[in-house]
Amino acid sequence: MLRLERRAEASAVMSYASPLLAIILMLIGGLILFSALGKDPIEGFRIFFISPLSDIYGVAELFLKATPLMLVAIGLAVGFRANIWNIGAEGQYIMGGVAASAVALYFYESEGPHILFLMVVAGGIGGMLWASVPAFLKTRFNTNEILVSLMLVYVAQLAVSWLVHGPMMDPEGFNFPQSRMFEESALLPMLVEGTRLNAAFLFALSALVVGYIFMYRSFFGFQMQVAGYAKDAARYAGFSAKRMIWIGLLSGGGMAGIAGMSEVAGPMGQLTEHVSNNYGFAGIIVAFVARLNPVGIFFASLLMALLYLGGEQAQQYMNLPSSISNVFQGMLLLFLLGSDVFINYRLKWKNS
Amino acid sequence: MSILESILFETIVAGTPLIIVALGQLIAEKAGVLNLGAEGMMAMGAIAGFAVTFHTGNPWLGVLAGMVAGALMSFLFAFVVLTLMANQVASGLALSIFGVGLSAFIGKPYESEILATVPTWRIPLLADIPIIGGPIFNQQPLIYLSWAIFGGIAWFLYKSRPGLLLRAVGESPSSAHSIGYPVIRIRYMATLFGGAMAGIGGSFLSVFYTPLWVEGMVAGRGWIAIALVVFATWRPFRVMVGAYLFGGVMVAQLFVQGSGLEINIPSQFLSALPYLATIIVLVIISRDQNTVRLNAPVSLGQPYRPDA
Repeated sequence: MLRLERRAEASAVMSYASPLLAIILMLIGGLILFSALGKDPIEGFRIFFISPLSDIYGVAELFLKATPLMLVAIGLAVGFRANIWNIGAEGQYIMGGVAASAVALYFYESEGPHILFLMVVAGGIGGMLWASVPAFLKTRFNTNEILVSLMLVYVAQLAVSWLVHGPMMDPEGFNFPQSRMFEESALLPMLVEGTRLNAAFLFALSALVVGYIFMYRSFFGFQMQVAGYAKDAARYAGFSAKRMIWIGLLSGGGMAGIAGMSEVAGPMGQLTEHVSNNYGFAGIIVAFVARLNPVGIFFASLLMALLYLGGEQAQQYMNLPSSISNVFQGMLLLFLLGSDVFINYRLKWKNS
Repeated sequence: MSILESILFETIVAGTPLIIVALGQLIAEKAGVLNLGAEGMMAMGAIAGFAVTFHTGNPWLGVLAGMVAGALMSFLFAFVVLTLMANQVASGLALSIFGVGLSAFIGKPYESEILATVPTWRIPLLADIPIIGGPIFNQQPLIYLSWAIFGGIAWFLYKSRPGLLLRAVGESPSSAHSIGYPVIRIRYMATLFGGAMAGIGGSFLSVFYTPLWVEGMVAGRGWIAIALVVFATWRPFRVMVGAYLFGGVMVAQLFVQGSGLEINIPSQFLSALPYLATIIVLVIISRDQNTVRLNAPVSLGQPYRPDA
């Protein structure tokens, strides 16, 4: 019978091979899915994975979509390393987008670089405020941050719905539930002519660098890593658990909020109910697929962005619902978590 | 029906999927398995139930399909966390994302369809009791099923030998293993039961409650059910009470909105009440550290591998 046997030490090869195995399994899952729908799988894969990248515009779109994912994932990874499970980045993202939009609308019809600067600050603060609720409740009342942050996602969705139907609705918008289109001064500058890739991509790259330094070069990052591996050891060493909870949640909230800002001040150019494209949840997958490592987050974000673009293409050319992206994303994470067993175990035939 | 009767009726209906799903999670958690995929399993149960009922015209086949869909989803989870020993929090979350996405994907062709309303079952004599008779004894058939599940689980956990074993596995898997019990197999069965219940709960939403399919219709009920188990400190009776309280909160907003009263509250604020109530309830129950620590199954969320 096939059995798992513990390896003498963790396999370094498998820790790199397991994400590849997960991607292969995801592709097999996609093959089955396309076949089950009576679509030609080769054609499906071509439309899903190749056609989005066939020109410079497509590649720029890939980086554009990867931007919020990198921001969300790096912020979350800081907390996840210490086993602080902020699952509500989606809500923090929305509130960051709302706060940034409020600034843009307040300065409507005025000029100056301070507007964008304030929008970034407001986005970060909006996300952090939303994340501070689970942080406060966890440190003060010991509540479970997973459930509290998640419930606040639904509250944030309802809040943005109320805002675009009421106080922030475009007064000349024929009652459509959306804000005014932002003015030029409230939109992020483009990086590449003829594409939609904007300056937020640079924020994301800087965030990855800062995240790397924090995680691997700062004493506090080290403390959080210790707490993730061995909670009791961290307590014995006198590391403050409360401070870690605050930092873990606020970093995720702040980054998610800035990601929300990058969307309203970028490709959307206004606030709508659909400010988030599930980026808050996809960012969680990115963080895990990347093993909470900043370099990994860069590549995992690109992969996840490709799944988004592929879903859009599949919707357009294969008449499939765009939710196929979420199916692929969920499969990828499940398969990765499963494949990771081979880092510490190997398969062996045993006669029993 | 008077307004009081219809509030009572709707409260019981709204609480029922929460009871079914939360009791299923309770069993899985008692065995030490924390499956955060309830939202995804419910979504799959909802679409499977809807599709089968739509094609066969038989709501009971729909419930069966929902149950199977939920169980299949939980099998995937069980394989990843029990056989492959993956992190339960991350895997459950992946299952939720996967299930919600897959259900939206499968459900696309059914979006504008609607099912026939399933008639209520009237229990003779009892249904004639004034005020409470109608809401309690002239109800959707699955409401009676939820009570049967409650009775069965309460008996199973506290009065039966297998129930004792299940709790032992959740409290101390290594002791249960050392006296010869198959820890992994018991955890598998508990997880599958939780998935089957989540699937039934989901199918209740799409086949009996609404009865239609809309993407995202589970709307956080899976997560609320998980919170409910914590709120109930892992006790079946409190799950039932809590579920009806939440049902009441969900229904209250509908009645306020539908009452035509000139209340100047945005509808979104009322819709947010169940989620805010969940947070408040979690604060109340977690305030004293010991309440949760003393009641939670000791090995909850911890992987276990018998090194045999």
